[in-house]
Amino acid sequence: MTNLIKIAVRNLFRYKRRTLLTSSLIAFGVVLVIVFGGLAISFKTQMVGVITNTALGDLQIHRKGYVESIDNLPLNLSLSEAEYAVVESTLQAMPEIAAYSPRIKLGALISNYAQTSNIRLSAVRPELEQATVTDLVKRIRRMDPNQDHFLEPGEIIVPENLMKGLELTMGDEIVLIATNKDGSVNGIPVRVAGVIESVLGPMGKDGYIHFTDAMSLLRMEQPEIIEVAVKLKEFDELGRVYGALKQTFGSPQAVEEVHTWEQLSPFASIASIVDLLVIVVKFILISIVLVSILNIMTMSVYERVSEIGTIAAIGTPPRRILSMFLVEGFSMGLLSTAGGMLIGLGIIWLMNVTRIDFKFGPMEVSLAPSVPASEVILTVVIVMLVSLFASVQPAYKAAKLEPVDALGHV
Amino acid sequence: MSLIELQNVTKIYDTTGVSVEALKDITLSLDKHSFISFIGPSGSGKTTLLNLIGSLDKPTQGKVIVNGTDIAILDRAEAAAFRGSTIGFVFQNFNLIPVLTVYENVEYPLLMLKNIGVRDRRQRILTLLEQVGMIDQKDKYPNQISGGQKQRVAIARALVTSPKIVLADEPTANLDHATAFKVISIMHDMQKTFGTSFIFSTHDPKIVGEAELIYTLEDGVIVSQDNKQRRQS
Repeated sequence: MTNLIKIAVRNLFRYKRRTLLTSSLIAFGVVLVIVFGGLAISFKTQMVGVITNTALGDLQIHRKGYVESIDNLPLNLSLSEAEYAVVESTLQAMPEIAAYSPRIKLGALISNYAQTSNIRLSAVRPELEQATVTDLVKRIRRMDPNQDHFLEPGEIIVPENLMKGLELTMGDEIVLIATNKDGSVNGIPVRVAGVIESVLGPMGKDGYIHFTDAMSLLRMEQPEIIEVAVKLKEFDELGRVYGALKQTFGSPQAVEEVHTWEQLSPFASIASIVDLLVIVVKFILISIVLVSILNIMTMSVYERVSEIGTIAAIGTPPRRILSMFLVEGFSMGLLSTAGGMLIGLGIIWLMNVTRIDFKFGPMEVSLAPSVPASEVILTVVIVMLVSLFASVQPAYKAAKLEPVDALGHV
Repeated sequence: MSLIELQNVTKIYDTTGVSVEALKDITLSLDKHSFISFIGPSGSGKTTLLNLIGSLDKPTQGKVIVNGTDIAILDRAEAAAFRGSTIGFVFQNFNLIPVLTVYENVEYPLLMLKNIGVRDRRQRILTLLEQVGMIDQKDKYPNQISGGQKQRVAIARALVTSPKIVLADEPTANLDHATAFKVISIMHDMQKTFGTSFIFSTHDPKIVGEAELIYTLEDGVIVSQDNKQRRQS
């Protein structure tokens, strides 16, 4: 085998310029996959992080049917205290769960006594909310930055666009007016204690009030939980935990339903498009490798017909001739991939050193691309397999040459 | 039993509907340890005859038995194995592998065909290179040596697997007269040293003086046979 590799590498460098040109093309494809893959994965990870850690949580539990009519913020599709206790005990029994936060979601009118507008509100228990959506506080500009929790009873965190629209300033008193599930209208005064930056998707433009204020506004005697946001210790466990919860709450008698962030956020489609683009780039790489190796190996066989005749005449078995050309194509792929991988990882390192910041919609994103080892290995495996595959036809042709015809070839 | 036996061998090439009879009913018996030449003009059937003996091709009719093996019944892989164990080739265009050095070219058949230890392999190659006078050129590539030197390397390569027969098709066609004589002389020396049968073809009657047996071919038929004693007497 060592001799086959030695001969294959020497044959490759017999036509240095051609080999280098083809290798460069394949290496460029590998660089493209590694760099683009790194950027795409980094972008997706950051965006998913922003969405799950500042608003949605990793997954959410609602009363059955709530998500279907989520745009109407129905108050009648809530979990009673007893039902919430079941959810709570289920979550507490799962070691993968890091935190959870019960929420009341409601639509209300917000008035500064001169103007009135609509607002979507999340009523939360600040300590639980902070433990569940850990980056939420980073998106809130508070009147008093030294306060323990981002929200106290009697306070409201107003979305940035409403703050501007209603010309509100920190500390202003405003009135929230809402209709409860029985149709009764009520209003409470609250003080503007902070501004929240928008993020993508539902809840991206929600205001926040305290859980007790929502109960008072909606005249609830007992807490009626609309939504439970859940944070996992390890994000990678999402599929498994979702499956387990779905099994628990999946029976026809169960009143709850579980959704992952992907089912709740429109960014999931963007993430799928990003994944699709990475696959497209991989297909481009496959095409480059396939065409390049097939081309160079076919040329190689045609140029060396007489030589193939010689080695066949001196008794080299056809399968050994086949192996020789396969090893040649494989070596070409290996050399090119090694070069492309080094360049690609070098570019990613440079990007990490220099950092690329950009705005995606309302969000500031800082790209620090990184490629998981599995992606790099996959790229290498793809190139190697395609190189081998592309070499099969020319190698087969070489092995099938009749020595007497090949020797007579000029 | 003879080393090579051809019994009523006919070879017809059928290309694009035109049949060409390259060999016509040849019957021939060649012994071991001989130094034999086939001479004749281009198209007389010399190369076809050597191809059949070398199991590179199969007869249209008749039998070719080499070292007790009927080559007509061998498949591609068996024919390759047979060639690797029994036959060495020397070609008109030398056919050395350009990416390998002189040493590696001689080593190549051993790597591909025989399972020999590194030390024995090295010893065998160096001995052969010494005998063909190429030991001091062993690290050069084919494009760095002359035509005569290339043919000497090809002779060493043909002998390295210790074949019973070496077939040389027009080994001197691309060489000047002096070099051609030298190459034939080396082949003869090797035949005497190793007891390998050498069969070579040429269209140049001047260089066959050393051959023990000379067959003259014309239009696919052996028209005469001559041996050394008769020529000397």
